[in-house]
Amino acid sequence: MGLILAQILTGLANAGALFMVASGLSLIFGVTRIVNFAHGSFYMLGAYLGWSLMQVLPGSFGFWGAILLAWLGVGLIGALVEIVILRRVYAAPELFQLVATFGVILIVQDLALMIWGPEDLLGPRAPGLRGVVRILGEPVPKYDLALIALTPLVALALWALITRTRFGILVRAATQDREMVGALGVNQRWLFTATFALGCALAGLGGALQLPRGGADLLMDFTILTSVFVVVVVGGMGSLPGAYLASVLISVVGVFGVSYLPQSTLALTFVVMVAVLMWRPFGLLGREEVAGELGQVGPPEDPIAPASARMRLLVGMALAALAALPVYGSPFALVLATDIAIFCLFAASLHFLLGQAGLVSFGHAAFYGGGAYAAALLVRHAGAPMELALLLAPLIAGGLALGIGFVALRASGVYFAMLTLAFAQLLWSLVWQWAGVTGGSDGLIGIWPARWADSNTVFYLLSFALSVGGILTLRHAAHAPFGYALRAARDNAPRAAATGFDTRALQWAAFTFAGAMAGLAGGLFVFAKGSVFPNELEIARSFDALIVVFLGGVKTLSGGWVGGAVFEAGVDWLTRFDYWRLALGLVVLFIVTLAPQGLVGTARALWARVRP
Amino acid sequence: MFRRTFTALSAAVLAAFALPAAAQEDGPIVIGEINHFKRMAAFAEPYRKGYEMAIEEVNAAGGIAGREIAVIYRDDQGEPGEAIRIAEELMTREGAVMLTGSILSNVGLAISSLADRKGWVYLASEPLADALVWSEGNPWTFRLRASTYMQAAMLAEEAAKTEATRFATIAPNYAYGKDAVAAFKEVLTALKPEVEFVGEQWPQLFQIDAGAEVQALERAKPDAIYNVTFGPDLAKFVREGADRGLFEDRAVFGLLSGEPEYLEPLGAEAPEGWVVTGYPWYAFEGDANAEFVADYTARWEESPKNGSLVGYMTGLSVAAALERAESFAPEAIRAAFEGLSVTGPVGEVTYREIDNQSTMGAFVGTTAVEEGAGVMVDWAYRDGAAYLPEDAEVKTRRAAE
Repeated sequence: MGLILAQILTGLANAGALFMVASGLSLIFGVTRIVNFAHGSFYMLGAYLGWSLMQVLPGSFGFWGAILLAWLGVGLIGALVEIVILRRVYAAPELFQLVATFGVILIVQDLALMIWGPEDLLGPRAPGLRGVVRILGEPVPKYDLALIALTPLVALALWALITRTRFGILVRAATQDREMVGALGVNQRWLFTATFALGCALAGLGGALQLPRGGADLLMDFTILTSVFVVVVVGGMGSLPGAYLASVLISVVGVFGVSYLPQSTLALTFVVMVAVLMWRPFGLLGREEVAGELGQVGPPEDPIAPASARMRLLVGMALAALAALPVYGSPFALVLATDIAIFCLFAASLHFLLGQAGLVSFGHAAFYGGGAYAAALLVRHAGAPMELALLLAPLIAGGLALGIGFVALRASGVYFAMLTLAFAQLLWSLVWQWAGVTGGSDGLIGIWPARWADSNTVFYLLSFALSVGGILTLRHAAHAPFGYALRAARDNAPRAAATGFDTRALQWAAFTFAGAMAGLAGGLFVFAKGSVFPNELEIARSFDALIVVFLGGVKTLSGGWVGGAVFEAGVDWLTRFDYWRLALGLVVLFIVTLAPQGLVGTARALWARVRP
Repeated sequence: MFRRTFTALSAAVLAAFALPAAAQEDGPIVIGEINHFKRMAAFAEPYRKGYEMAIEEVNAAGGIAGREIAVIYRDDQGEPGEAIRIAEELMTREGAVMLTGSILSNVGLAISSLADRKGWVYLASEPLADALVWSEGNPWTFRLRASTYMQAAMLAEEAAKTEATRFATIAPNYAYGKDAVAAFKEVLTALKPEVEFVGEQWPQLFQIDAGAEVQALERAKPDAIYNVTFGPDLAKFVREGADRGLFEDRAVFGLLSGEPEYLEPLGAEAPEGWVVTGYPWYAFEGDANAEFVADYTARWEESPKNGSLVGYMTGLSVAAALERAESFAPEAIRAAFEGLSVTGPVGEVTYREIDNQSTMGAFVGTTAVEEGAGVMVDWAYRDGAAYLPEDAEVKTRRAAE
C-alpha cells in the first residue's frame, strides 16, 4: 500500500514540470496556431538561466527568486522571438511557422553550448527541501511534495488568468475565432506576443523547477519535446485542464510501467496516446477541429498547369547534365549527389502529402525508415538480392502507410499530425527494442548493393534514375485526375464529397502512395550507406523532411525536391564550420522571414514580377 | 555583372565537383577524424584536445618519414548516414590515408562496415560496442578503448569478491546497456555461480524517471546494484537514490561512473563507496600518467578527461602504425596495425591480431568525495588483456571472419 502511494506521488511530482511545459505549448497553439517545436529549447533555457541565477543569489530567497527570474527571463526571450521572427510569418501557409521555430532550436543549441559549455550542470538543491519524509514507511523526497503542491497552484493561477481577467477573455476568444477578435478591434499582435511570451515563460518555469531533481544539459530540449507533445495531444490541444489531466495520467502510468514492465519505457507513452486518441480523437478535453480552421491564409493558390515546353527543355537539360555527372564529377561528388537524390525523393513524397492532400504528417520517417528497414531485413534475414529488396521496400512501406493511415485519418489537422508522430515513435521503439531481429540501436550493417551496382558511379545512376522517376511519378499524380480530386478534398471537403468523391478514401490513397515513395527512398538509402539504424525512424528525420518541404514551398509543385536539394547540400557544406548549427539556424530564419512562400514560391513570384 | 557572377558560380561548382588533387607525396600525411563534436561536445572536445596534443608532439619530433601528420576533424551530427558520406569525402577527396573517431557505437559500426567494404583502415577510438570487433568485426577495423565487455568484466571480478549474491541492474535501454548487463552477468556468474539477478531496470536513454527507477530497484531488495546509466541519467539516479536511501548498506558497481566526464558534474553529490571504472587523473604521481596530465594541463589549461587520454592514445597509435607501415597504402597501414604495440601514459598497449582489439585497460577504484568533488580512491590500472575471453571463445564470437 505504502509503495503504491509513494509511486503515485512520484508520478505526480513528475507531472509537475511536464504540465508547465505542456500547458505553455497548449496555450500558444490555442491562440496563435503555432506548433512550437522550439518549446523544448525554452525549457532548456529556463533550466540554464535558473542554474546561473542560483549560483549568484544566496539562500532560500535566492533559490525561489532565481526560479521567478528564470520564468520572467524566458518569457522575455519568447516575446523577442515572437516580435522579431514569428510576427513576420503569420501570413504564411498553415504550419509554416514551425520552420521558424526549428531555426530557433538550432540557434539556442549553439548559444547554450557557447555560454554554458558542454558539461552537464547539476541542479542546485532547494534550500530546506533536501532529504525525504517517510509516508507509510516509504521515503518521499521533500522537494517532490513541494512540486506536487506547487503544480496545482500554477494551474489554478493560469485558470484564474484565463477565466477571470480581460486578457483571459481575449485569449479564449482568439482560441475560438481569431479573425473575429481582430475584427472587433482587439490588437491581435500584442495578444499573440503576450500569449507566446507566457507560454515560453511556463516552459522556462518548468525547466527551472526541475533543477533540484536533475540539472541542465544540452540534450534536454529534445528529450522533453516528445513527452510534451504527447501530453498536449492526449489532453486536447488548447485545453489547460486537459494538459494537467494528461500530464498526471502519462506520468503515473510511466511510474507503474517502470516498476512492473521495465522494458516498456520506450513505447508506453505512445501506446497510451494512440489508445486515448482512438477513443477520443481530439484528446481528453479537446474540442473537435472545425474543417479549415487552421486557415488557408494567404492568397489562393493558382491552378497547377503542366510545365511549358521551354521549362521542359530546361529541366531535361539539367537532368541530362546531372546524369552525366560521372563523366566530370569526382568520386565524392557522386556520393554527395546520391545522398541528395535520395533525400529529394523523400522530401518530394512528403511534399505530395502536404501540398496535394493537405495532410501534415509529423511522422513521415516511419515510411522512410520503414522502407529502409524492410530492405535491410529482407537482405539480412531472407537473403534477398538488392533488386528484390528495392522492389519490396516501397510496397512494404506502402502497406505500413495503409495501416497507419487507416487509424490516423480518423483525426484531422494537428491531431492527425500527432497520430502519425505517435505511430512513427511506436515503430521506432519496436525497432529499438526488438534487437534480436532489427539489431536494436546497433542497427543492421553490411547491406551493400549487388555486384553490378557496386561502384559509386552505377549506384549513383541507379539512385538518380529511381529518385527522378519517383519524383516524376509524384508530379504526374498531381496532374492526373487523382491529383485534382485530392486538391478538391483538401480545399473544400464537404463540396468535394457532395460532388461524389470519397474524400477519406482519396486521402488514404495519397497517404499510402506518399508512404510507398518514402519507402523507396529509404530502400535506396540502405544500399547507399550499407547500414541502417533507428536514426532513420527518429522524429528528427520526420522534421528534416517537413522543414525542407516548407523551405522549398508547400504551394508549389517542385518545392519538395528543390528544398531537399538545397538543404542537404547546404548542411553538407555548413557542417564544416564550428558553429554550423547557429549558421544553419540563421539561414533558416533568414529564408523564413524573407521568403515565406518558400524558395520556389518566392522565385516564382519574383519571376512573375519581372515577366508579367 | 550577371556574367561575372555566373562565371564565379560555375568556378565554385566546378571546384566542388572537380577531381581530387592526387595524394601529394611531400605534403602532410592526412588522417580523417569523424566525430560528434556538437552532439556530444562534453566527450568529443577533450578527446580532440588529447588527439591534437599527440599529433603536435609527433610533428615536433620530426613527423613520420620527414612528413607531418595533419588531422582533418569533421562533425557528423551523430548520424551514421552523415558519417558515411564524410568518410567517403575524407578518403577520396581530402586524400586521407585512414579514418579515426566516433563515440557512438552505431556511427562506429557504420564506418567499420564501410571500411571493410572499401578496404580502408578505421581506428574506432571510443565506441564501446563489442560487436565492433566480434560479431561484426572485420580486418579493417581496429578498436582502441577497453570495450564494454572488458570494463564489465573488471567490475564483475570486483563484484565476485564481495558477499553480495542478489544483484539488481539498471542500464539504459539500448545496445550498450544490454551488452554491459549481459557481459557483467556472464562473467560474474562464471566466477560465482550462486549469484542471482533479482531485478533489471531499463530506463530510456537520457529520459530516466529516476524516482520510479529507484522505487523499482528498492522493491527487488537486492544486496548489490550494477549501474550502467551515465550522463544526466546518472546525476538524476544518484540524487534520487541517495535521497531515498537506495545505496545504504548496498554494494554498487558503476560502469564508467568514475570517468571525470560523469563524476565531475556531480560535484559534492558524487556517490561514495561505489566500485567504478574511470580515470583518476588527479591521483597520479611520478609516472608517465602524471607526466601526461601535467603536459595536458599546461597545453590546454584544463584538467584531462578520460576522452583526453583516449584521444592522445589515438594520436600515438596512428603515428606508431604509420611509422611501422612500409607505405601509406591502406593495406600496408592495416598490416602495421596488426599486433602493433604503442607505449602511452598507461603503459604498453597492443592491438591484438586475433580480433583487432587493443589491450588498453581501465582504472578500477572506489568513489569518494574529497573537497567537494567526486574522486576515485584505492584505484589500480587493470590491463585490458586480462579481461578478454579465451582465444577460442573470441574466434567463435568473431564468426564472420
